[in-house]
Amino acid sequence: MDFGPYFLLASLEGAVGAAVLAVTALGLSLVFGVMRIVNVAHGEFFMLGAVIAWWVASLIGIHPAVGFLAALVVSPLVVGSVAILAERTVLSRLHYDPEATIVATIGMLYVIQQAVLMTYGPEARPVQPPFDFRIQLPWFGYSAYKLFVILAAVVLLLAVWWGLTRTRLGLMMRATQIDRETARAFAIPVDRVYAGVFAVGAALAALGAVLVVPVQQAHYLMGHDPLLLSFITVIIGGLGSLRGTVLAAVIIGMSDGIISVFFSPTLAKIIATLAVAMVLVARPQGLFGERAP
Amino acid sequence: MLRVSGLDCGYGRTPVLRDFALSVEAGEILCLLGRNGAGKTTAMKAIMGLLTPSAGTVEIDGVDIARLPAEAAPRHGLGYVPQGRRLFADLTVAENLEIGLMAGHGPEGPRRESALELFPVLRERLDQRAGTLSGGEQQMLAIARALCLEPKVLLLDEPTEGLMPAMIARIRAVVTALKGQGVAILLVEQRVDAVIEIADRVLFVENGRARDTLPAAALKNRPDLLERYVGVGD
Repeated sequence: MDFGPYFLLASLEGAVGAAVLAVTALGLSLVFGVMRIVNVAHGEFFMLGAVIAWWVASLIGIHPAVGFLAALVVSPLVVGSVAILAERTVLSRLHYDPEATIVATIGMLYVIQQAVLMTYGPEARPVQPPFDFRIQLPWFGYSAYKLFVILAAVVLLLAVWWGLTRTRLGLMMRATQIDRETARAFAIPVDRVYAGVFAVGAALAALGAVLVVPVQQAHYLMGHDPLLLSFITVIIGGLGSLRGTVLAAVIIGMSDGIISVFFSPTLAKIIATLAVAMVLVARPQGLFGERAP
Repeated sequence: MLRVSGLDCGYGRTPVLRDFALSVEAGEILCLLGRNGAGKTTAMKAIMGLLTPSAGTVEIDGVDIARLPAEAAPRHGLGYVPQGRRLFADLTVAENLEIGLMAGHGPEGPRRESALELFPVLRERLDQRAGTLSGGEQQMLAIARALCLEPKVLLLDEPTEGLMPAMIARIRAVVTALKGQGVAILLVEQRVDAVIEIADRVLFVENGRARDTLPAAALKNRPDLLERYVGVGD
């Protein structure tokens, strides 16, 4: 294949990765932005989303599209509910202390991972894509499902943006993010906002996983890469900046895809980690983050 | 209207208020006077429920809200203008007002209009980010945001701090108008001349305790109290 079509193929692969990463990292960014919590268990919420997607799709089994659509609804709801339970029983009792919640979410990581290992097992299991045909370009054919992933991620990102900027719930979240104490003085139920944000963050990770699981496989250790890449994305974009998170996800996802295709996935991870180091040196607040006063 | 009694409160294990008490009636302005660190702002926060008291009561029309979460205070008619304004700087003027509207009861249109009538300049700034307003405009927005919930009791913590004289006069006029509408106002103010002009009563605060109280008009005849509690004798 010539360089041009090969580069286009690599870019499309990168765009799929960027789309899933943007949705997943947005969840992490939202949780950090509003709650000031570094959620180390975010990758496990992603993994749980994929495992539940497999479970729902195999349970329904009528047609791959029906199973996938059911997973798209059930998986984020179940993962969001698990997140609310974790928030109410653990994080709220730690009063959202930054150091304590890091340790607590590391604990959650192992609890979720081992619970899935004990119930789901160590096997990697595929989920059938809802539709399975290729769109023929002049140089190669490309999976229609992968193009759907990009479109679905864009729709999800727009939905989150709409929810945050055009609804009262979003207004409460943004006010809580800016000044928790003043928000409480204006009757904003900050504890419930926190629980909701943690659930939405986890549900976004689950949605990212449901989208990706037909092209990867559900496995109990699959949360590591999304966690690492989400952290890299959020740090480069600027902690708590949703706009920065999406832009960084596009940059990292695209470069990860292209470098992986042309060279190797390991080199892509090395370069992304080096990029974080450089950003932390040159612009510690990230591309769109605000410098602490 | 607002009655506080036996209030003990602080930050963590550090006590600040001890057996603190005050009362403000409808249409009355009570001003808290005291040195920095005397406990005036802590008293405001404790009344709003932002600090949990270890003892005492905070009653609004006979209902004790001292043990309720802070979110409950606005539902019981308490409006708060914190020290330093504490606007939601990244939100627009309209969104800041909307947060005040959400905290109150009843139709929002009239409440929004009456707040904007007091500060018409905000109408021209509705889509502007609050953090980009001038200091005076920010203070107007902080008061308008609190007024959007139509409070029965308004807590104003140093509302004229750092403002130009013309803006101070404007804010004094609004506070006086609110008093005329029957709002009970608890004010923290460092400027003695302003206190004498707009307050009905003064309560001196010292070391977290409510000490002497007297009519504001009598303040100029008591330089001894000003010297003792505020550190200005004349």
